[in-house]
Amino acid sequence: MTVLGYRIPMMFSLLAWFVVWEIVGQLDLTILIPPFSGVIAAGITMLPSQKFHDAITITMTAFLAGMGLSLLVGIPLGILMGRVKAIGQLMGMWVNIFESSPLTAVIPVLMALLGFGQATIITTVFLFSVWVIALDVQVGAKHANASLLEMGRSFGASRFALYTKILFFAALPEILAGVRLGLIRGVKGVVIGQLLVAIVGVGELFELYSRNFLMEEFWALVIMVFAFAFAISETVAYVERRIEYYASTR
Amino acid sequence: MLNTVLSARNGQASGTPEAAVQVEGIGKRYPGGVEALKDVTLDFPAGELTTLLGPSGCGKTTLLKIIAGLLDPSKGQIRVKGKQVHGPGPDRAFVFQDFALMPWATVLRNVAFGLELRGVAKAEREATARKYITEVGLTGFEQSYPHELSGGMRQRVGVARALAVDADILLMDEPFASIDEQTRRKLQEDLLQLLQIEKKTVIFVTHSIEEAVYVSDQIVLLSRRPGTVSRIIRPNLDHSTDLEAARRDKAYLDCVDEIWQTLKQYLV
Amino acid sequence: MADRTAASRRGLSEEVAGAGGHQIVERVPSDRQWLWRLISFAVVFGGWEIAGRIPVSPSFPTFSATIVALGEMLLDGTLAGAYAETVQPLILGMLLCSVMAVLFGVGMGLSRTVEWFSLPIFIILQAAPMAALIPLITFLYGIGLTAKVVAVMLMSAPIIVLNSYKGIRNTSPSLLDMSRSFMATRRQQIVKIILPSASGLIFAGLRLGVAAGVTGVVLAELLITPTGVGDLITYYRSVAEYPHMFASILSIIIFSSVAVTLLQRAETALFRPET
Ligand SMILES: Nc1ncnc2c1ncn2[C@@H]1O[C@H](COP(=O)(O)OP(=O)(O)O)[C@@H](O)[C@H]1O
Ligand SMILES: [Mg+2]
Repeated sequence: MTVLGYRIPMMFSLLAWFVVWEIVGQLDLTILIPPFSGVIAAGITMLPSQKFHDAITITMTAFLAGMGLSLLVGIPLGILMGRVKAIGQLMGMWVNIFESSPLTAVIPVLMALLGFGQATIITTVFLFSVWVIALDVQVGAKHANASLLEMGRSFGASRFALYTKILFFAALPEILAGVRLGLIRGVKGVVIGQLLVAIVGVGELFELYSRNFLMEEFWALVIMVFAFAFAISETVAYVERRIEYYASTR
Repeated sequence: MLNTVLSARNGQASGTPEAAVQVEGIGKRYPGGVEALKDVTLDFPAGELTTLLGPSGCGKTTLLKIIAGLLDPSKGQIRVKGKQVHGPGPDRAFVFQDFALMPWATVLRNVAFGLELRGVAKAEREATARKYITEVGLTGFEQSYPHELSGGMRQRVGVARALAVDADILLMDEPFASIDEQTRRKLQEDLLQLLQIEKKTVIFVTHSIEEAVYVSDQIVLLSRRPGTVSRIIRPNLDHSTDLEAARRDKAYLDCVDEIWQTLKQYLV
Repeated sequence: MADRTAASRRGLSEEVAGAGGHQIVERVPSDRQWLWRLISFAVVFGGWEIAGRIPVSPSFPTFSATIVALGEMLLDGTLAGAYAETVQPLILGMLLCSVMAVLFGVGMGLSRTVEWFSLPIFIILQAAPMAALIPLITFLYGIGLTAKVVAVMLMSAPIIVLNSYKGIRNTSPSLLDMSRSFMATRRQQIVKIILPSASGLIFAGLRLGVAAGVTGVVLAELLITPTGVGDLITYYRSVAEYPHMFASILSIIIFSSVAVTLLQRAETALFRPET
């Protein structure tokens, strides 16, 4: 949008929405929407509290552990699926099914198998994110420039070198896209998992705040979690744009 | 022999018939700051095929789109048959380098599309479309979809669509550039043949010297960016007797060579 | 597939656009592929059976026991009853959401002002865990059908809006130029060029929306009030009838896969005859 001939970056519309929020909040229409300034204030008081600190620590631990597993499994799995026909054929169908299925339904099983602790949350994060990573990496590995690989082979590259020095980089755009989507799903997984388990991390806080009508704290937490999800996905997107020049050479 | 009518920007074309399109002092600077065209003044004689020839990125497409009314110039004006124009008009029809066919529509609907937009009744516009489909040699493909056709056939659809609206002026932006060499030669010959039936003023953009010399009545050489008119050449080939023979004509070879000598200076 | 990654890299956040390797995978399989599928099923179900027989955990039933339970639930009408409940909010939510979200996304693609005000929000919502808002829904709408419909809409709206938006924005510039050169009015341009060209991506958005909506309904049935499939899962867990619990979960995964696959087939047939 342009005002008086100046282009205003799109993200500034969020400021406009915050103003609207403040006004609606001040009008006192519903207890659900407290003024935005109150939300900010609640967020600031919340930040140093021990409870918040514990919740974030436990949530981040589960998220990072689950994502680490996902990357360790998803990327090699995707590359193998893309390069080895048998593995692609055997796994392809399952990866596709799980990538688009409501894995939320599986969480009760995890609770039955693994209990109500971190193991369940970590597994949830893993299950939410690994499939989309594998799927994207597979696409990258499959469509990596064939003549680049032939070039490597003609110069006598070992199989290991071929995979780590050529294929990985040739598939990097798709790998990053997969990692970005995986991270987003991982955040969704950690939140959904904790909501269902209901006694750990930010999930517990969400429950607690909403049950006790602490709307300012609730919204402050929502904003923080949403901002976190957005920030990590934009970080990967930034790296993706940095290597956009890849695309022009294939 | 070659007949260099004029060199850059010295006013009216001499001895040519009246101009269908006049480009007067056109300059174009894109929002990012790229200056694509600088002070281009040119006449396009009615009933002739004029080629804009120049290195890639010199502003050929930009100029053609300005003439079509798809882009606004930063400076200067365009006159069509003496009247200044400000946007697209029924007097000009565009043929696109990437064909610009609607993938969800049949050949018939694609060809009739210009008429459809004008609100011509279905039966009538389809009759017209069929006529031009035949004229470009696509009889039998009326119900095919673009993805079922080869590149050459797709561009025939594009040409038929432009002819169907019965505009006097055809604007062709590298129409054969994304088509393989052999098909391209055939399309060039067919275009010339078609133009003998349909009296049109054609503005034809290409970066192929051979193509320009073969199809043109008049060739405008553009300099590197910002594009300016560098030279105007008339190949004077005789296409009326034998379309094939022209490519063996000495005038053809000389003209190709002369243009090459001129354009060479613009390359690094 | 180049367009998949190009799309996602140009893309805003999540899986906007005909996203995912989905596109390459689902074609009508040849005989050979059927064989591979058979082997694939055999390996996975075999593994499951063995793991269940060891057993890896007392709450991990064998594949055969799960299938028997599934058969039972199919025959005695338990599943039919549960799905009759589950699909209600799903269908209602998807219908409402399809209309509203598509219209909104299209509006966002057509109007710079609407885009400026709403694109950032949807980009964020798309990446964000919307499930966090579910506790609020109970608060607003209680525990009835409305709450579940809203849960479905909450989960599926962002992807549908953004895909519709992208569909509009991805209209080939040369087709737009073409229509302008033939002097199309803005209305003609929208109706004859922009909407047909966006329809494929809009439909893809609906497909992704259905997948998200199923998650929404399951989540609502697990979190808000136990009904339908969510109730089955919760109930069988509480009475430790693990084969039945696994069968319920299996059924919802099959349900969602079949729905998504059918939509995908329809999409390919309707909008991508060239593939
Ligand atoms: N929309 C645009 N914005 C900025 N620069 C452009 C745009 N379109 C073309 N250009 C630049 O203007 C110059 C002329 O482009 P064009 O007319 O397409 O050249 P040609 O058709 O002769 O290859 C090029 O350098 C190109 O990069
Ligand atoms: Mg060009």
